[in-house]
Amino acid sequence: MSTITEIPARENALWLAFRRNRLSWVGLGLLVIIVGAAIFAPLLAPYDPLEQHIIHRLQPPSAEFWLGTDTYGRDVLSRLIYGARVSLIVGFVAILIAMVIGSAIGILSGFIGGIFDRVVMSFLDVMLSFPTLLLGLMIAAMLGASFENLVIAIAITEIAPFARVARAPTIALKQRDFIEAGRAMGFSNLRLMGGHIFPNMVSEVVVMGSMWMASAIRTEASLSFIGLGVPPPTPTWGSMIREGFENILDSWWLAIFPSLAILLTVLALNILGDALRDAIDPKTRAE
Amino acid sequence: MIQYVVRRVLLAIPTLILMLTVVFVLVRLVPGDAAIAILGDQASAESLAAMRAQLGLDQPIYIQYLDFLTKAATGDFGQSLSTGRSVLQEVAAVLPYTLELTAAALAIGAVVGIPLGTYAALKRNLWPDYFSRILSLVGLSFPAFVSGILMLLAFAVHLRWFPVIGSGGGGIVDHFRILALPALNLGLIMTAYITRVTRSSMLGVLNEDYIRTARAKGVRSGPLIRRHALRNALIPVVTVVGLYFGTLIGNSVLTEIVFSRPGLGRLILGALNARDYTLLQGLMVVFATFVILVNMLTDIAYGLVDPRVKYN
Repeated sequence: MSTITEIPARENALWLAFRRNRLSWVGLGLLVIIVGAAIFAPLLAPYDPLEQHIIHRLQPPSAEFWLGTDTYGRDVLSRLIYGARVSLIVGFVAILIAMVIGSAIGILSGFIGGIFDRVVMSFLDVMLSFPTLLLGLMIAAMLGASFENLVIAIAITEIAPFARVARAPTIALKQRDFIEAGRAMGFSNLRLMGGHIFPNMVSEVVVMGSMWMASAIRTEASLSFIGLGVPPPTPTWGSMIREGFENILDSWWLAIFPSLAILLTVLALNILGDALRDAIDPKTRAE
Repeated sequence: MIQYVVRRVLLAIPTLILMLTVVFVLVRLVPGDAAIAILGDQASAESLAAMRAQLGLDQPIYIQYLDFLTKAATGDFGQSLSTGRSVLQEVAAVLPYTLELTAAALAIGAVVGIPLGTYAALKRNLWPDYFSRILSLVGLSFPAFVSGILMLLAFAVHLRWFPVIGSGGGGIVDHFRILALPALNLGLIMTAYITRVTRSSMLGVLNEDYIRTARAKGVRSGPLIRRHALRNALIPVVTVVGLYFGTLIGNSVLTEIVFSRPGLGRLILGALNARDYTLLQGLMVVFATFVILVNMLTDIAYGLVDPRVKYN
């Protein structure tokens, strides 16, 4: 009982717990493949994703077109590979924006406390009461369909959850001695929040980010499917499914491949998010 | 108890007012002119002015705000621009279809998810647990329209077990045949969610002292799980499912679109295509009100089953 066991550094423990989870390797592997496909799209895609091979339109998968062609005779595989870029970039940028704004709101609210905190919290509760898809849909519809507007719409839907995640540790941290010490040394509030509170919660926020990136990608795909995504002819998975859905009875390959792509991407992010969350959660880590 | 319920109901009122304010601000923050958005940029100046007057946009902003709040308080969430009917009428016309779908999905989720989650917790780190964890991860990763399309392809197009589209008509058998696939689709996602929540809640409860005490007293494992563990484990499940309500609405909208079912999904899609922004705004208010009320009811239910909550 009295022996002091050495506590491994936080990053180390995180890595250990992550490594023990076998499923997490599957998620990581999948994600590496998808991100790789997005980055090296020009090298990997057999055709130009916008090139129309009119005489080969609506062809089922073949040796020439591995995943078939769509109504305009465009190669489905090439569009799928380029589509990864849109999904990943929209998901990543939207989550990054939501993470920065949400964490700032959460830290500020927890740090200041009092009435300000109460007002901010009820505001966040209200934001959380809008169904994510409908909020994104409404904002995207009013802003008009474009890449930037899609990112803004999705970012807005994800700000409130980040603020909540950042607020709770802020309240615990601001009572700790090192913050008191910092205050005694005359550090500004901004410096305390940015330099001393934020670094202590950055792993929580980043882990949540990887989980909510899955949700952001799902929202992006859903909005594209409804017709509010990045406008054509840019290939996106959601809009490919939308186009394929119109021909679902005779051209199954149009909808099925982008569907699987979205599923695998979201699954990979969910697996990783789960593994990371288990790794930083002291309850599951202790076992 | 009554005091707790009253307090919880009163607490919902400022939340509702704040929600209305957020919708009001959100709609007006968006750049661009609502009248141009509705009529298109080719519209004449007179018709634009008429539209602004119809929307009340020619009034000062605080009048618009007060007007919006007082109307909402009486259940008037505005009118659809394309049909002229009130938002509530539009919602009421399609709500039964969506309610039927979500109720079926919740039933599937509860019937499959609760036993599966419980079993997984009991077999922790054995293959049933891995199976249920992977299953729920996959289920939670599906955007509702993706799983819907895959199901449509498999069961309706390929195997021809179910009709591809359809909304009703015919007898009760047809009715259920048409409901089956969309309900299964939404139910799959619901099952994934409930399995996951039940598992983690059950794991927490199984570690509690009173379970160990009961076991030490010789309570057999069947009654122990059912009467002592599951009852307590289900409390957080109810709460979390209540919180999931907003996502459930989004998923049923997508499911309805894929399966061409009438319901809120088609209403929203129609409002989008007709640029019917007042209907969209009204729908946001209606849905958010639903979510706030469901959260309130979950809190009250929580208070009913767990006496500790009331005193906090």
